[in-house]
Amino acid sequence: MNEQRRSILKGAGAASVVTVAAAAGLLKPGTVWAAGWNKAAFEAKDMAGALSSEGASGGADSGQITVKAPDIAENGAVVPVEVISAIPGTEHIIILAEKNGFPLIADFGLQNGAEGYVSTRIKMGATSNVVAVVKAGGKVYKAAKEVKVTIGGCGG
Amino acid sequence: MSMSRREFLQVLAAAAASGLVLDSRAVLAGTLPAGYYDAPPAGNVSFMHITDTHAQLLPIWFREPNVNLGVGSMAGKVPHLVGTHFLKHYGLKPGTADAHAFTYLDFQTAAKTYGKVGGFAHLKTLVDQVRASRPGCLLLDGGDTWQGSATALWTNAQDMVDACIALGVDVMTPHWEATYGADRVQEIVNNDFKKAGLDFVAQNIVTNDFGDQVFKPYTLREINGVTVAVVGQAFPYTPVANPRYMVPDWSYGIRDDSMQKWVDEARAKGAKVVVVLSHNGMDVDLKMASRVNGVDAIFGGHTHDGVYQPVPVKTPDGGTCLVTNAGSNGKFLGVMDFEVKDGKVKGWKYRLLPVFANFLAADAKMDALIQKIRAPYESKLNEVLAVSDDFLYRRGNFNGTWDQLILDAIMAVKGADAGFSPGFRWGTTILPGESITMEKLMDQTAITYPQSTLTPMKGTMIKNIMEDVCDNLFNPDPYYQQGGDMVRVGGIHYTVDPTKTIGHRISDMTLNGKPVDPDKTYKVAGWAPVAEGAQGAPVWEVVAEYLRDKKVIKGLKLNQPKVVGIPKNNPGIVL
Repeated sequence: MNEQRRSILKGAGAASVVTVAAAAGLLKPGTVWAAGWNKAAFEAKDMAGALSSEGASGGADSGQITVKAPDIAENGAVVPVEVISAIPGTEHIIILAEKNGFPLIADFGLQNGAEGYVSTRIKMGATSNVVAVVKAGGKVYKAAKEVKVTIGGCGG
Repeated sequence: MSMSRREFLQVLAAAAASGLVLDSRAVLAGTLPAGYYDAPPAGNVSFMHITDTHAQLLPIWFREPNVNLGVGSMAGKVPHLVGTHFLKHYGLKPGTADAHAFTYLDFQTAAKTYGKVGGFAHLKTLVDQVRASRPGCLLLDGGDTWQGSATALWTNAQDMVDACIALGVDVMTPHWEATYGADRVQEIVNNDFKKAGLDFVAQNIVTNDFGDQVFKPYTLREINGVTVAVVGQAFPYTPVANPRYMVPDWSYGIRDDSMQKWVDEARAKGAKVVVVLSHNGMDVDLKMASRVNGVDAIFGGHTHDGVYQPVPVKTPDGGTCLVTNAGSNGKFLGVMDFEVKDGKVKGWKYRLLPVFANFLAADAKMDALIQKIRAPYESKLNEVLAVSDDFLYRRGNFNGTWDQLILDAIMAVKGADAGFSPGFRWGTTILPGESITMEKLMDQTAITYPQSTLTPMKGTMIKNIMEDVCDNLFNPDPYYQQGGDMVRVGGIHYTVDPTKTIGHRISDMTLNGKPVDPDKTYKVAGWAPVAEGAQGAPVWEVVAEYLRDKKVIKGLKLNQPKVVGIPKNNPGIVL
């Protein structure tokens, strides 16, 4: 383990990846600050509603999007999710948890040719698909990965 | 009799010296084929493999399951074969020593014929014998070594750490080890194991925050002049199946992608043979083998499957990965010989040798160590709680008789309507007429979170728990399985269809002949809570109280669910 790195970050407080990315000019300010908050999408109670409010309905399944998440969540309250989009000109990476009460988790806007990569932790109430939707060049693409949320115990 | 008379007398003398009670007529009745333990080397690079010994230092009885169902693409395939189906698949004859070791068939008679299995003193003799003809041969331990007995629990795993070092284990990967807490694991790895040169490897344990490796992902060793790599794969769902709070800063998971990365790195560093020491469970190993390149063999455990011969799996690049599973409770020693030429594996031979204690003299040094470990606890271990007229065993997808006894006990003592007992696969067997000592009770219950509980639950919640656990066993994608058996259920009768999906497998739940009411609250007894802070007497205290009161256990009524949706000819079930 890199203990030095760990203590430096502790001293610096909770350095957020998002603010670092914003400072580097990779994220649109509107995505970071509340000005561009898409209330309807984040308050939609199903995936179709959220995607329609995001203008991201009807995406085609894409093998160029990788959704990395555990097969079984170790803790449904903090499920690590990574999305990698190899689609050229990726402008938005949208993450949804299909069975959550409010499925839309995040919408990352990327610009200036930023690498199509986001990593975050999401909260999941039940076993569900984690869906990544990518907007690029006026088109919509998607990929999904099932994450199981279980009561636990009884194993082995 | 395969042994000469002189050898036989030596075995008897050694056994008598180690305090074993032998029924000479029974010993004489059993025979092993000539040269059973000769195992001549068939290559230049060899590995020995033990797994899931569950801290059983002395010889024990262990009955293999009569229900070990595979679903989906796994139906009817190795390791989901039981009884005569198993024998037929491998061309084994009924009534032989192997038939006894690998199946439940005619268990009680065969047990008397062939005697107990395992025991570290007997295992040590076999390990040394195999090693003598195989220069540099490595002994791999697949984990679930520090848990499963009273002495392991009471010595905080020190007994097994000392015994494994004395046995000559070279490389280990964990599962239940983590239930002693992260600090204790680190203490053993950084002190005892470091001093002994024993590598603790786990590529799939990383820190929660930065994803740094907690342990070495793999180790490079040299066998007979050939560089080999052993990559560790810990049980991927430790923080889900066991208490999360015991390893709060570690993240597990299957992690095929990092497995590939470490295998590639090991090859780049000159490894000519790469093996994975895995606690995934057999079905997960079979899937992983089909997704990762460059692994010659996976030595697997967790699911306690005594797999007679490896399953060759085609890797993505067209290569072959051999997948093994080496049973449990110290019953078997896996021996893999690779023929390595021109930097490549050209051939192999594998044997999973049953450890018949009556036919392998106890190693004197190991025997002395075990006696020393047990000495302070002997009187506690040997307390007779009751005598069992019934045949007590645990292993199988659904209720075993041992679990039934635990359920009957906790329900009676706590005044519960129903009971849940975890679907653990460890736990030894008791033959009818034998005593249930405190030691034998601890074989079923010795864990670091042993609290017994009484919880009010609505009918819907009871069903949800049963559905959840059932999906961990019968999900058609092994990556979503956890490798335990079905939760043992007391009081409630039910029907199960393993082929359905979660929420639809369990039906016809009744309690005392009446349907379980989804909205009614029932008192449910249980033990082994994974949540932090649970209160309640250790389960062994509750069961011991019941046993002392009963004195004789007989006529246990096994609460087997009605199994539907499985064709009658499925070779994974014989009822």
